[in-house]
Amino acid sequence: MSITERYRLAQMVHTDGPVIKVSNLKKGFGTRVVLDDLSVELSRGESMVVLGRSGSGKSVFIKCIIGLLKPDAGSIHVLGQDLAALDHDQTDQLRSHIGFLFQSNALYDSMTIRENLEFPMRRHRNTLVREQLDEHIIKTLTNVGLAHTADMMPAELSGGMQKRIALARALVLNPEIILYDEPTSGLDPITSKEISSLMTGIQEQYNTSSIIISHDMSCVKRTADRIMVLLGGKCYAMGTWAELARSNDDNIKQFFE
Amino acid sequence: MTRFIGRYLRELVNPRYEVRAFIHQCYTIGYSSLALIGTTGFIMGLVLTMQLRPSLIAYGVVSQLPVMVSLAIVREIGPVISALIFAGKISSSIGAELGSMRVTEQIDAMEVSGTNPFKFLVVSRVLAATLMLPLLTILSDAIALYGSYLGVNIKGHTSLQLFFSDVFDALHYGDVMPALIKTFFFGAAVGLIGCYKGYNSSKGTAGVGLAANSAVVASSLAIFIIDLLAVQITDLLGLN
Ligand SMILES: Nc1ncnc2c1ncn2[C@@H]1O[C@H](COP(=O)(O)OP(=O)(O)O)[C@@H](O)[C@H]1O
Ligand SMILES: [Mg+2]
Repeated sequence: MSITERYRLAQMVHTDGPVIKVSNLKKGFGTRVVLDDLSVELSRGESMVVLGRSGSGKSVFIKCIIGLLKPDAGSIHVLGQDLAALDHDQTDQLRSHIGFLFQSNALYDSMTIRENLEFPMRRHRNTLVREQLDEHIIKTLTNVGLAHTADMMPAELSGGMQKRIALARALVLNPEIILYDEPTSGLDPITSKEISSLMTGIQEQYNTSSIIISHDMSCVKRTADRIMVLLGGKCYAMGTWAELARSNDDNIKQFFE
Repeated sequence: MTRFIGRYLRELVNPRYEVRAFIHQCYTIGYSSLALIGTTGFIMGLVLTMQLRPSLIAYGVVSQLPVMVSLAIVREIGPVISALIFAGKISSSIGAELGSMRVTEQIDAMEVSGTNPFKFLVVSRVLAATLMLPLLTILSDAIALYGSYLGVNIKGHTSLQLFFSDVFDALHYGDVMPALIKTFFFGAAVGLIGCYKGYNSSKGTAGVGLAANSAVVASSLAIFIIDLLAVQITDLLGLN
């Protein structure tokens, strides 16, 4: 059994029911309410796309799930654990089961690609020796087709390659849940198709659950099991691609045109 | 800002130290300002000597030149000039670096990756700045005194040995210690203000520029305020 598999088994948190359960979530900044009474669940192995206009609070939603933002009200359970009840170390532990792909990639620009991928491991896999670490990192990079870039700096790579590295970094701890914030925005159609296939490939290979924020309808169509339309801080509509695509509601139709 | 300082002190004593990040910062912060602070120190020593000389001749005490210059350098000019240069160089680069890390979500990414970004980024930088500035100041003082020695020799004549024995006769514990102690506070102020501005930088590239700029302004001002407080305190303690 490879190290990857061994860690994967060791880290599996066994829960029945949804991997993410958001109930009556409220979040605002100052007087502006961004999320207002949002409730949604994500099952194991499911990919859910969040559609919504720019500024509708999609990023705020997934930042609440990873605990970067604290909800004003409501509760969030991830892998059966209530985020509000966790201390610092427990939060870190839980986060190691979640991969997060930032909209801006958020690669550490003062570190090499290898160091970028090592960063999440220095805390959570600090028992690994040098060779195991290297082996794992190269394997993860190979997954996104960029093993040769290990010793380059992020600034030397194209936008699409940076996105793939960011994806590799999100995957390096073999998370059970992946949160994607606009994974294909700003990329050309061919590269964005490559990223979408990578995402579906990962989903099939590891049976991960994911929440995907995207405006790119070809990516949505390829990756979504279910689609949520976020409007006015609430879940305005929820359904499969087929269900929503034939809707007559203007607020939904505009995304599918 | 008060809360930021409080958090710094709390995280400073909190275990799980980021030793490697700290050492890396010591190297970056210390090394990058070395040449600049050394050069300005040399020039200050030389210029001060040449400027004081005519007045001392007028009073007939030109033999006191090494004493005057060394007191001025060690007590005030060395620490303050080094700190101001340090502020211009380090505070702005910390402000810009952390500001751009904030804007590009790198700080969020660290937090998500199980690393405490405050500890990794802020504590290591502030601590490094606090410890490096005193070292740089000592070095700058030494180079300034050497500059002064050359200044004395342009028109007069003295041996290096004689010059420095005059200098060390003139300098007392009460001249050196308060000056050295205040440089720790200067260093901490530069590090804290740079980190504060960068860490809390607002979104957008304009925020990064603003963070760098206001870090330099605020830390330069802080240096003079600390200097003012330091002189009052040494006065009260009777060390002057
Ligand atoms: N840290 C923050 N502080 C203040 N306002 C914020 C913050 N993050 C997001 N917002 C506001 O919340 C709203 C939703 O933002 P966001 O979730 O990023 O939108 P999007 O759906 O485009 O991802 C925006 O109006 C934004 O200005
Ligand atoms: Mg967004």
